[in-house]
Amino acid sequence: MIMKRLFGSDAMALWFLACLLVVTVLVGVLNLATPADSALHVPTYLVALLGKYLCYAILALSIDLVWGYVGILSLGHGAFFALGGYAMGMYLMRQIGPRGVYGDPVLPDFMVFLNWKELPWYWLGFDNFLFAMVMVALVPGILAFVFGYLAFRSRVTGVYLSIITQAMTYALLLAFFRNDMGFGGNNGLTDFKDLLGFNLQTDGMRVALFAASALALALCYLLCLWITRSRFGKVLIAVRDAESRTRFMGYRVEGYKLAAFTLSAVMAGVAGALYVPQVGIINPGEFAPQNSIEAVVWVAVGGRGTLVGAAVGAIVVNFGKTVFTGVLPELWLFALGGLFVFVTLLMPKGIVGTVPQLLDMMRSRKAQNAGETAKPEAPRPAAE
Amino acid sequence: MQIGDTSAPKPILYVDGVTVTFDGFRALNDLSLVIAPGEMRAIIGPNGAGKTTMMDVITGKTRPDVGTVAFNGDVDLTKLDEAAIAQLGIGRKFQKPTVFESHTVRDNLQLALAGLRKPFTVLFAKETAKERQRIDELLELTKLTESHGRLAGDLSHGQKQWLEIGMLLAQEPALLLVDEPVAGMTDAETAETAELLVEINKTRSVVVVEHDMTFVKALGVKVTVLHEGSVLAEGPLDQVQANERVIEVYLGR
Ligand SMILES: Nc1ncnc2c1ncn2[C@@H]1O[C@H](COP(=O)(O)OP(=O)(O)OP(=O)(O)O)[C@@H](O)[C@H]1O
Ligand SMILES: [Mg+2]
Repeated sequence: MIMKRLFGSDAMALWFLACLLVVTVLVGVLNLATPADSALHVPTYLVALLGKYLCYAILALSIDLVWGYVGILSLGHGAFFALGGYAMGMYLMRQIGPRGVYGDPVLPDFMVFLNWKELPWYWLGFDNFLFAMVMVALVPGILAFVFGYLAFRSRVTGVYLSIITQAMTYALLLAFFRNDMGFGGNNGLTDFKDLLGFNLQTDGMRVALFAASALALALCYLLCLWITRSRFGKVLIAVRDAESRTRFMGYRVEGYKLAAFTLSAVMAGVAGALYVPQVGIINPGEFAPQNSIEAVVWVAVGGRGTLVGAAVGAIVVNFGKTVFTGVLPELWLFALGGLFVFVTLLMPKGIVGTVPQLLDMMRSRKAQNAGETAKPEAPRPAAE
Repeated sequence: MQIGDTSAPKPILYVDGVTVTFDGFRALNDLSLVIAPGEMRAIIGPNGAGKTTMMDVITGKTRPDVGTVAFNGDVDLTKLDEAAIAQLGIGRKFQKPTVFESHTVRDNLQLALAGLRKPFTVLFAKETAKERQRIDELLELTKLTESHGRLAGDLSHGQKQWLEIGMLLAQEPALLLVDEPVAGMTDAETAETAELLVEINKTRSVVVVEHDMTFVKALGVKVTVLHEGSVLAEGPLDQVQANERVIEVYLGR
């Protein structure tokens, strides 16, 4: 009943969740339960790589919520992702305890190196997992709320808004590079040992983090699906289509934008928090404006405003990136740029919007070739 | 502020001495206009006379430099934002038809329905039987019943204009501001739209801006002629049409 209400006639949502479940279970089992020399064995590095893709998928989903449904093109979502990552990184640093190179029971190595005598106040509490997880959501959420409040209230839209989101992530990049900020400067936070007392390097933990990422992706997806199909979601689309019409109808557009933007930032923060233990490091490079732009390209490639497309786009493009950078690393940025131009010009609906169309075309051509009379077109899930 | 004769009913819209300048250019120049409750008023005037700017001022989009804009006698509209003014009961139809293209006709009307506007309540809103019934009525009235499931973006130009009027009505406004509703319509559509507005005017006050003289004639209401941001003439259509200055700046072009 609840399932039916959530999904309606949309087969795409079910397909997506089913695929996610199957892949997660398969990868987990094939990593943990098969011997390393078996042909079926999924190596641990691959588990971590897939886990990273899933985190990117959550980031893409969060961007799609604001860009695809409200028309806010944020080119600064990498900042929220990185802040969530730093919050998790701070917890992981404190988990190291006295096992650091300098053996200080409380201070992370980089602080000892900088001759700091005590923990700065903003590091307090991060030894507590729950507190750290609250911060993972709260820090990006509050930044997005304040930023969004100011920007939306002043009715900054379109290109101008995109530019100031870029400025925001760039400013954070510069700030986090500074050693006296207390976040490890250039090197960031790394050399993590455990999470909740479990060694991060074990296969079991790798699979657990991968599964947690898959679960987070599924939950974020369901949340976005529910929101975008509620009347609130219809208002978001209305804002995207005709903002002033929505205003003259009596909706206070700023509030809707702010709610969506803040929620989206929290999701990006969660993605960052899951990402950090899987890649083993967080440094200021995650704030690079280029990262945020890349994430927007994933959404465009997968299909803006479709949710599933965002996740698919993130996974496909990053898979491409992994393969491509292995062969021709210098050319990746050109390839990405080319892909973006190609998709914008030839596949404005992205993979998720275009592939079903192509399949339909092929099917009807086949039917014609076989000399059959034209059949009514099969109903196909709408790529909203 | 003294609003006319105290024994007369409070005007639904009272505009007095309003001036709006854009970079030194006076789009509205000491404009005054009074609309009585239940009245329908047609506003005509050459391009750039300030008709749309006047609507912008009434609906909170543009703030006047000086002047009074009051709704229902005592609500100062110059202090409120668009959303607040809309919630007070002023609906506005744009010059260029503006509907939510990627929503169905039905959803367009649903979003317009008076009532829920706060994000949190809207998130949990379910369509009530009453809402459904009102939507059905509006579909009927705007002749869109057949098209209720179509995307608004797929409608014809005339249908979009009607859908937008339907959306306005869904807001249950006391005062409707309608900017050039028949631009780009066929003659038959124009006549039907005049009938629709007359029908609407039975329960609501209406201010309609239009260039189409046949349409204004069909409405058969008092006419205000705007020119260079202020009122040039006011009265029944034939009287206004006979006015020499009106002929000079507008009709006789
Ligand atoms: N935001 C703005 N900035 C600068 N000038 C403006 C602005 N809005 C309107 N104007 C100018 O004010 C004048 C009045 O414009 P307005 O749109 O109100 O005219 P109108 O009577 O609605 O004309 P039309 O019949 O063409 O719709 C025009 O000269 C227009 O160029
Ligand atoms: Mg105009």
